[in-house]
Amino acid sequence: MNRLGLRVLLDRIVTTLIIACVMAAAIPVFILLLFVLFKGLPGILTPGFFSDLPHPIGVPGGGVFNAIIGTLIIVGIASLLAVPIGTLVGIFLSEFGRNKVGDSVRFVSDVLTGLPSIAFGIFGYTVLVATLGHFSAISASAALAVLMLPVILRATETALILVPNSLREGGLALGAPRWRVTMQIVVPAAVGGIVTGALLAMARAAGETAPLLFTTLGNEFLQLNPGRPMGALSLTVFKNALVPYTNLQDQAWAAALLLVIIVSVTNILARLYVRRAQR
Amino acid sequence: MGQGTAERVVPVPPVILLHRRHRIDGDRIFQGLAITAGLLILAIAAVFVVALFIPALPAIRAFGLGFLTSREWNPVSLRFGALPFLYGTLVTSLVAMVIAFPIGIGAALFLADDARLRFIRVPLSFAIELLAGIPSVVIGLWGLFILVPLMRTSVEPFLNHTVGFLPIFQGSFSGSSFLTAGVVLAIMVLPILIALSRDVIRAVPRSLREASLALGATKAETTWSVILPYARAGITGAVLLSLGRALGETIAVTMVIGNRPEINGSLFAQGYTLPSVLANEFTEAVGKLYQGALFELGLVLVLITIAVNVLARLLVWRFKGGRESTTV
Repeated sequence: MNRLGLRVLLDRIVTTLIIACVMAAAIPVFILLLFVLFKGLPGILTPGFFSDLPHPIGVPGGGVFNAIIGTLIIVGIASLLAVPIGTLVGIFLSEFGRNKVGDSVRFVSDVLTGLPSIAFGIFGYTVLVATLGHFSAISASAALAVLMLPVILRATETALILVPNSLREGGLALGAPRWRVTMQIVVPAAVGGIVTGALLAMARAAGETAPLLFTTLGNEFLQLNPGRPMGALSLTVFKNALVPYTNLQDQAWAAALLLVIIVSVTNILARLYVRRAQR
Repeated sequence: MGQGTAERVVPVPPVILLHRRHRIDGDRIFQGLAITAGLLILAIAAVFVVALFIPALPAIRAFGLGFLTSREWNPVSLRFGALPFLYGTLVTSLVAMVIAFPIGIGAALFLADDARLRFIRVPLSFAIELLAGIPSVVIGLWGLFILVPLMRTSVEPFLNHTVGFLPIFQGSFSGSSFLTAGVVLAIMVLPILIALSRDVIRAVPRSLREASLALGATKAETTWSVILPYARAGITGAVLLSLGRALGETIAVTMVIGNRPEINGSLFAQGYTLPSVLANEFTEAVGKLYQGALFELGLVLVLITIAVNVLARLLVWRFKGGRESTTV
């Protein structure tokens, strides 16, 4: 009897510990988000934050217009490169990839997923910056595109594999060729998963800093030419955080909040989309 | 009836023949396109490997294997060694895993359990996914302005006061330290560790769990002697994948570690890691040798993370193999 009581007590203790672990994992998220919200909100509400360029050090005010545009252009071009290729490779893996080539593509994409993001910066630097001779937004896009590829192609493959084979067989039985079955039946049936993968990859790319340090370097002025260095929100956060001026630090918090909003909204959209597509 | 249809179908009209040839071409083009895309990934990977090696070559030629064992990092006299950064990378990641492992497994056990407190599990899963999506530069910003002062004024003095007899908890309180970097890394790897271990724990067959409970074991005993042993390989894989993430994390660590290329036994000391020195000194590095040394640090980092990742995938894969053989 006594022994049973001990066992039940132990069970209670373990349950409590497990709940404590959950709290320990979740509480930092809320603390972090609260701090970013409260420290970033005043900066975001400052007039000119969205529309002005950064002021020189020591001059109060200024905004991050150049960085917002830069992030949009860099991630936009990266997505234009990565989404079509990634989707196509996903189609290859699910429809034609049960062989050695498919296995090596899967292995390579897994290895790419595990690489530190700074490695993609080195890749962009050597392949584009060093050969072109100058930093540019397009080399950042290329680096981010390679970073996005494994996410997109694995999401596409997973989504396509989940499409029941009966759909494929039905299409083929009606006399449609393989490519029409794939493009008009299988891919539309899996479009939720594909879009989700693309959005998740874009959210990840938008938040990256390390690859940008090696490729686009940053720019205090508005630059619309992708062949030149551009600013980016993540670079603004990184650089302004490390200078001893409070107005720039406040701007770093505001840019961080904006970045969190962009990334979280994209993430939530991705999840909502997959839920709607499943219905 | 069947014979009648066959008779009518056998003579194929030329129009259909034409159509059919057309159809085969479309398939071939499509398949070719898909295979080309697959090969493109392999080509990118090959270029990637070359792109990591080429810029490091000047340093590899100049220092050889001694690069890995030298403690000196002196851009003025052009003598470079990777040891302080290897040390910093390993120590911060180790601290991160020591903190994240128990919390992560505990949280995963909770989230994998279908019976308990469903109404808080959904928002919790959501919060953890949200954390996974927060850019590392934002976590670094928070670490720099909130965590570093907190560590300097409270956590480090507290640790020194209570467990200060251990040499790792001695020395002056700087705030920017191995320990702070470890805490930041722990926060960053928790989402992936929790998500992966949750999936592994969920994959433990229900029958095993129920058998143990039916034999009169408590939930804690079932977890300890049935679920965890079964999921051990998979959890090890999850831990290694998170470790790979921690080893390569750049920006957040750069902002809180203090950036000092020294080997110090105290966790309160300032240090440096492989990725953070690369990110920090890259723009100011002049000369082929200095740049080459930085890129060689990057190469070493990539090789370490690949090794850890491949090991992790093998373990997860073995776990999945084991599961299939038991259910069959």
